[in-house]
Amino acid sequence: MDPTTHQALAACYFDVDGTLVSSNLVHPTLYYLMNQGTPLQSALKLGRALLDSPRLMIAEMVDRRTFNEMLFSSYAGTSEDRMMLLAQEAFDNVMRPSLYPGARSLVEKSRAAGHDVVLVSGALECVLERLADYFGGAEVIGNRLEMKAGIATGKLLKPVVAGPEKARLIREHAARKGYDLGDCFAFSDSYSDVPMLSVVGHPAAVNPDKRLSWLAKAYGWPSFDLSRAA
Amino acid sequence: MNHPSLVTLERDSAPRVLFSGDRLVEVDLPAGTRVIYPKPPMVALRDPDAAIRYAINHPLGSDPLYAKLRPGMRVAIAIDDISVPLPPMKRPDVRERILTIVLEMLADHGVSDIEIIVATGIHRRMKANEIRHCVGDKIFDAYWPDRLYNHDAEDKDNMVEIGTTAHGEVLELNRRAAESDLLIYVNLNFVPMNGGMKSVAVGLCSYKSLRPHHNPTSIRKSDSYMDPGGSQLARDIERMGKLAHQHLNIFTIEATVNNQMFDKSLDFLMKNEDELSGREKTMLKGLVMATARLPQPARQAIFDRFPAPYGLTSVYAGATAEVHPRIIEKNFEQYCVPIEGQADVLVTGIPFISPYNVHAFLNPLLVQVLAQGYLFNMYRGAPLVKKGGTLIITHPCTDKFDHEQHAPYIDFVHRLLPETRDANVLREKYEEKFAQDPALIQMFRSGHAYHPAHPFFMWYWGENGRQHIGRVIVVGADNEYIPKLLGYETSPNMEDALYKAKNGQNKTLDITCLHVPPIVMGDVTLPASGSGAA
Repeated sequence: MDPTTHQALAACYFDVDGTLVSSNLVHPTLYYLMNQGTPLQSALKLGRALLDSPRLMIAEMVDRRTFNEMLFSSYAGTSEDRMMLLAQEAFDNVMRPSLYPGARSLVEKSRAAGHDVVLVSGALECVLERLADYFGGAEVIGNRLEMKAGIATGKLLKPVVAGPEKARLIREHAARKGYDLGDCFAFSDSYSDVPMLSVVGHPAAVNPDKRLSWLAKAYGWPSFDLSRAA
Repeated sequence: MNHPSLVTLERDSAPRVLFSGDRLVEVDLPAGTRVIYPKPPMVALRDPDAAIRYAINHPLGSDPLYAKLRPGMRVAIAIDDISVPLPPMKRPDVRERILTIVLEMLADHGVSDIEIIVATGIHRRMKANEIRHCVGDKIFDAYWPDRLYNHDAEDKDNMVEIGTTAHGEVLELNRRAAESDLLIYVNLNFVPMNGGMKSVAVGLCSYKSLRPHHNPTSIRKSDSYMDPGGSQLARDIERMGKLAHQHLNIFTIEATVNNQMFDKSLDFLMKNEDELSGREKTMLKGLVMATARLPQPARQAIFDRFPAPYGLTSVYAGATAEVHPRIIEKNFEQYCVPIEGQADVLVTGIPFISPYNVHAFLNPLLVQVLAQGYLFNMYRGAPLVKKGGTLIITHPCTDKFDHEQHAPYIDFVHRLLPETRDANVLREKYEEKFAQDPALIQMFRSGHAYHPAHPFFMWYWGENGRQHIGRVIVVGADNEYIPKLLGYETSPNMEDALYKAKNGQNKTLDITCLHVPPIVMGDVTLPASGSGAA
């Protein structure tokens, strides 16, 4: 089947962090913090982030959306050009080396089955777009930084992609494309993505955490580990 | 006069003990019931290694293996997977014996570019410990994992199209096997549907090359698929196999084992209950009671504890077309029990194991495979039961699946079967879609799940039984839902099931009981008048 001429009948929605790559949202941000213009600037940014880390940890446990908002506030003051450059570097140095061995083949199988591939992640869209290119083309639903006069304010544009919001965005995407959600697939590693997994007809747990693993077993969802190459 | 393995029950006969999954249950069958027991195990070859050497040095329709070898050549060796024998046999497995001798010979002739492929077809990948059990420590340590590995039917880069049959069927095979100078296939022919042209054409192919014969039409026309002469499935596969043999240089080694499935401590399970010694009767009673009370894992452990002490009964090598008929004859010699006439009712226990659930639970779809598939097809000549007759099985039909191995079965049973049991509809509407499910393909390729097309094939496997048998009644089901999904009726006990089978008619039913395991086949002849023919 030629994916370029085939009219997709459904979509495969992929969470990214922990699902296709072993890194998480924090890793590219850390990369950004450590690669400031001067060592002093890096030290200052890292120091500030360290001071914020207890609040971040609490936010991570309580609410994914707040966590994302707090994490991406580190980017305040960064120019749009610099963000683009950092996105490429973060992808090359952080995300690509963290890709699970089976990730590419899973994405390729999805495309071979005639499905649209959509990356749905709390990561920044500018980084996700590099990953989409690496996979040979995919749609991206990710977070976007608010920019004022070409400078990041540190705030995220609405809607913030996290937890249950992912499910809403998937429903919206499928409706826009005319897909029957019952024919769509979703892949995630995290219990926090159960809403996203629950809206499609074919959910799958990938490298699942304990709670998702139990849930997958109870519901008979496919469950597998992408850290093992096919 | 009856064959010694065919016993007609009398009024004072003891209850028969049948498998009901991993439980043993006593059932009372009426006087006049004919019970087919497995034949006694054939005497195993005294020196299996000498027999293997003799076979490869004196092949049928081919030069001896040594004459086909030259230094520096590329050789692929394919072996059957864990689906045979059942349960896995005591070490050394037949494959270890054959491989040891073949690899020695290859080394002696300067052949070092060797890869060993487990010919899984679209079965699950074997685990490392299972392969070790199968090939032995020495070979495993020397070859695993780079030169000893599972076939991957979904690895497009490592599959190659061989050609197309006159019927338009595309044969796609494992690249290493296809592109080697010599392919040696080591087969263990556990049942007559194994081996022959099927070995390469099925064991090393892709889903695309299975579709032309693994379908409801081929199965419906198979009478039976355990008798290659009457099997449309075998004929369809043969076309693909011949194509493989035209393009590849194949040397076949096939072997048979006897039916010594149970260790000495359990071998009373294959005997006539009326002829057991006092000690054996006590042990049988104990086993019936124990399996009734123990939790499932403990019951499973009883039967898993003793690997089967199968003995090698024959080995032939050379050209597949000449080797295989001799091997089939050996299978029939071990399994076939002559019986005259068909029954109104066929009764059989459903055991805990099938080719598709080694080290896993026998799920509801596999119950169906054993009932209307394998056990119904255990005949030659004519079905054991009349057309429209009744099949009574004993099994709990528990709604339980191995989450990894049988992940694709869950959706099939719980999502598709409630919609339809029509095999043709399932094939047309869902099979290809399922076969491309990326999540299930990933589980198949990197985990140990069966291919997502496999549950479909398992449903088709029961198709000729479904067409022939009028009704299936399950005794001892622990739920109503699963039997209903499978199209079965339920009865709390055998007496009730037999009453239902009578269907209000005032006549004596002809009842045959297939006492399995181990494997036994009915060699059915019909009365000259042809009354009651299938």
